[in-house]
Amino acid sequence: MTDAQVRECDPNLPDDVQALIGTLQYEELGEFPVERGYFWTSAASVENGNPLFWDDAVAEEITDGPVAPLMLLSAWFRPHHWAPGRAVEKLPLQIHFDMKARFGLPEAIMTENTTIFHEPVRPGDMITSAQRLVSVTEELDRRLGTGRFWIIDVEYRNQRGELCGVERWEGFGYRRTDSAEASA
Amino acid sequence: MITHDQVKSGDALPALEHDVTSTTVVLGALAARDWRPMHHDYHFAVERQGVRDIFLNSPNQGSWLERFVTDWTGPTGRLGRLRFKMRKPIFPGDTMVLEGTVRDVRIDDVGCGWADLDLTIRVGDVTCTESEATVALPAAPHDNPWRRHGDDWRP
Repeated sequence: MTDAQVRECDPNLPDDVQALIGTLQYEELGEFPVERGYFWTSAASVENGNPLFWDDAVAEEITDGPVAPLMLLSAWFRPHHWAPGRAVEKLPLQIHFDMKARFGLPEAIMTENTTIFHEPVRPGDMITSAQRLVSVTEELDRRLGTGRFWIIDVEYRNQRGELCGVERWEGFGYRRTDSAEASA
Repeated sequence: MITHDQVKSGDALPALEHDVTSTTVVLGALAARDWRPMHHDYHFAVERQGVRDIFLNSPNQGSWLERFVTDWTGPTGRLGRLRFKMRKPIFPGDTMVLEGTVRDVRIDDVGCGWADLDLTIRVGDVTCTESEATVALPAAPHDNPWRRHGDDWRP
């Protein structure tokens, strides 16, 4: 399998954005220990009957105990929607929102995800994540509007420092134009 | 449960069909701790984002693909990589169909058996999501990819 294709980076990026390319940012510990309730909620949301998530004996035999559904990886770094004393909403994938703000692009969607899975995540794990801006394109016209694509890598490690996975997200930040279609 | 020797290039995975509802979208977003309004707020999705309804979020699409692959492999199948490109949103009212074929099977330098898969999620004739997955399968009846760690796990 090939890695996600990286679109050509804008050669005329502003200096402050150029300086962020390849720089590790927002290294932070998840807000709560990995909990098994999310395993079941996630599996239920896609009607996933994999016994690894539902049958302790199977999980013990195959994975030495319960493991999280793999695609839950990003859940462990998503902040609570609200927390005491928090005046401003804390956002996941902060670089994505930084780019929206930096380029004045009010809307954004994620267009591509590539995840490489390493050590499974288990109940009680504390996951640390860190983000890295990989590229930002020039402004492009697309069906939804005019904007830029960017790629962000997120690295996840457990409390022993073991790599649990690496995600690569491609997002498209845009402003709607008069010609943008009302449906996608 | 399938083993590596039972799989060959060109094999088709059993298709999975699901009728998407608003509950599918909202439950999937909340299960992934994705609070962004385009996955639960119709007016935000339509009036701000310019799409026709709330739509499946990215991690949940990944979870559907994960389920689709492990429905086929059984619990000893272990995903190494999953890539998906979302070309069209998937909305409530859509019937999504997940399909896949085996592109390649191989054994790596440390003896781990892999199947490379091409996957799609389509609605009607429209391919909404294109995906590639690499999944480890037992290379022999008593092999277990989940026992691989460190240098023995090269996804």
